[in-house]
Amino acid sequence: MTEALSTGVLIVGAGPAGIRAAQTCVAAGLHPIVVDEASQAGGQIYRRPASTASRSAKDRYGSEAGKALALHKCFDQMVSHGQVTHLSQSSVTAIAHQSAQVLTQDGIKVIGYENLILCTGAGDRLLPVPGWQSAGVFSLGAMQIALKTQEIALGRRLVLAGTGPLLTLVAAQLIRAGSEVAAVLDTALMRQQVKGAWAMARTRPIVTLRGAYLRAILGRRYQAGVRNLQITTNEAGPTQIGWQDHRGQDRRTACDGVGLGWHLMADTQLADLAGANFCWSPEWSQWLPASDPAGRLGNGVYLAGDGLRILGADAAECAGQIAATACLEDMGRACNPRKRVHRRYARMQRFASGLAQAFQVPQELISQLPSDTVICRCEGVELGDIQAAARRVGPEINRVKSQCRIGMGRCQGRYCQFAAGRILAEMGQVGPAKIGRLRAQPPLRPLPVSAALQSESVKDPQ
Amino acid sequence: MTGRVQRLTAVTRPKIEFLFDGQPLSGQQGDTILTAILSNRGALRAAEFGPEQRAGFCLMGACQDCWVWREEGARLRACSTQLHAGLRLRSKAPDGWLS
Repeated sequence: MTEALSTGVLIVGAGPAGIRAAQTCVAAGLHPIVVDEASQAGGQIYRRPASTASRSAKDRYGSEAGKALALHKCFDQMVSHGQVTHLSQSSVTAIAHQSAQVLTQDGIKVIGYENLILCTGAGDRLLPVPGWQSAGVFSLGAMQIALKTQEIALGRRLVLAGTGPLLTLVAAQLIRAGSEVAAVLDTALMRQQVKGAWAMARTRPIVTLRGAYLRAILGRRYQAGVRNLQITTNEAGPTQIGWQDHRGQDRRTACDGVGLGWHLMADTQLADLAGANFCWSPEWSQWLPASDPAGRLGNGVYLAGDGLRILGADAAECAGQIAATACLEDMGRACNPRKRVHRRYARMQRFASGLAQAFQVPQELISQLPSDTVICRCEGVELGDIQAAARRVGPEINRVKSQCRIGMGRCQGRYCQFAAGRILAEMGQVGPAKIGRLRAQPPLRPLPVSAALQSESVKDPQ
Repeated sequence: MTGRVQRLTAVTRPKIEFLFDGQPLSGQQGDTILTAILSNRGALRAAEFGPEQRAGFCLMGACQDCWVWREEGARLRACSTQLHAGLRLRSKAPDGWLS
């Protein structure tokens, strides 16, 4: 049976933004429902290990251990005091008419809400690399999740490639944990990174230094300005990765596992279903929801954290408080906006701009792909298929999608849309904003037929 | 091929026995299904649209690459499902089932 619930405030996501949003609501005397996909609150960056874990929090979260533990404790206390309802291992699959369809461990629930705070976070931004469809190639985020929660390395000899702060961080964490990391291949140019680091160091000098220290751990494994990545595979998986160094020399590194990621992409599908308008952000090279500075979308919907702007975990804690405070104000509940939080949030935004500048994604990475490169991992759609479709219907992503199924696979375009947009922009000789945006389509996660049938049987015909 | 993943802690936890494609395998307490299978095998399943094998990709429940099936028919995301004793798993949907 579909169980109907209702709440004043529904929070989606229990990472740093969602936990602080919940805390702010609880402090104002509300009882929010928090839906999260993990079994325990924390989000991706502060993800908790299996109960059998043997490494310490310090090993797992490094310099951020204090923040991780504080967030976990904050949330666990709210749950144990009965101040929030936590639906763990649950996914919001659709939103309509002020209610959310939630796939839980016990079937589908429909939750009516007056206010919705979306703290959906971000996922790895992927670029296709020849051979990346093979077993043994993972996202960088996957490498980190495997290490944090399962204390495993996803291969015996790893190569990590891409760009962004996560590349250096995951590599350093794996090396410290005893994994063999053969090479760390960064496609960002060193001179671009130096420019960005200057802006970063002015706003958050300690965090920037910590990054430089992590980079030093990588030593000669780290290469900047890398081009022309190609994964060679056999039946079992990767055997080596070919790459071109910043001098243009062709190099090869043997490996049996590869982690890829080009910084992060905001997870905006629920915001889309909730009616957000989207603007192309040249700074972040992605479509982002348009909100006011506090995260208001209007109609009782609020956004916070990396799902709004990729500003990182510290900023997400601020954004969660700011969005929840805005929500409380709109509900007519008095609360004291804290200037300190706003100032801190503004500083994080300046830092993140430096970061975006440091870790840009060069167009060459797309231009130099062979036409048989798989762009959609889900359904094996190749670069040539996309180009042929675009020649027929023009470089608009939703039209091309209907022709060749790019973005229609079971990941719902998460891992192909960035590349597909760039491919079409290059073909059409137009800016990425002209290519259009893949629209989110419910259900956002595969729904078992059995769960859908249960829900059907009690659906109100009105 | 032996297992794809490498355990980074020396601590050994209680063994958990399960079946994968009819073969008896063992994982450890606290493992996800993905960890347990990839400790013994190189992949979880064959790709539907290409010749390659698949072993999961995002590990956060977003990519749907790590699907495996219970012999009874239910489909599981190996990355986010805990292993428990006596699971009978398959790399393909049971015959006659929609995948």
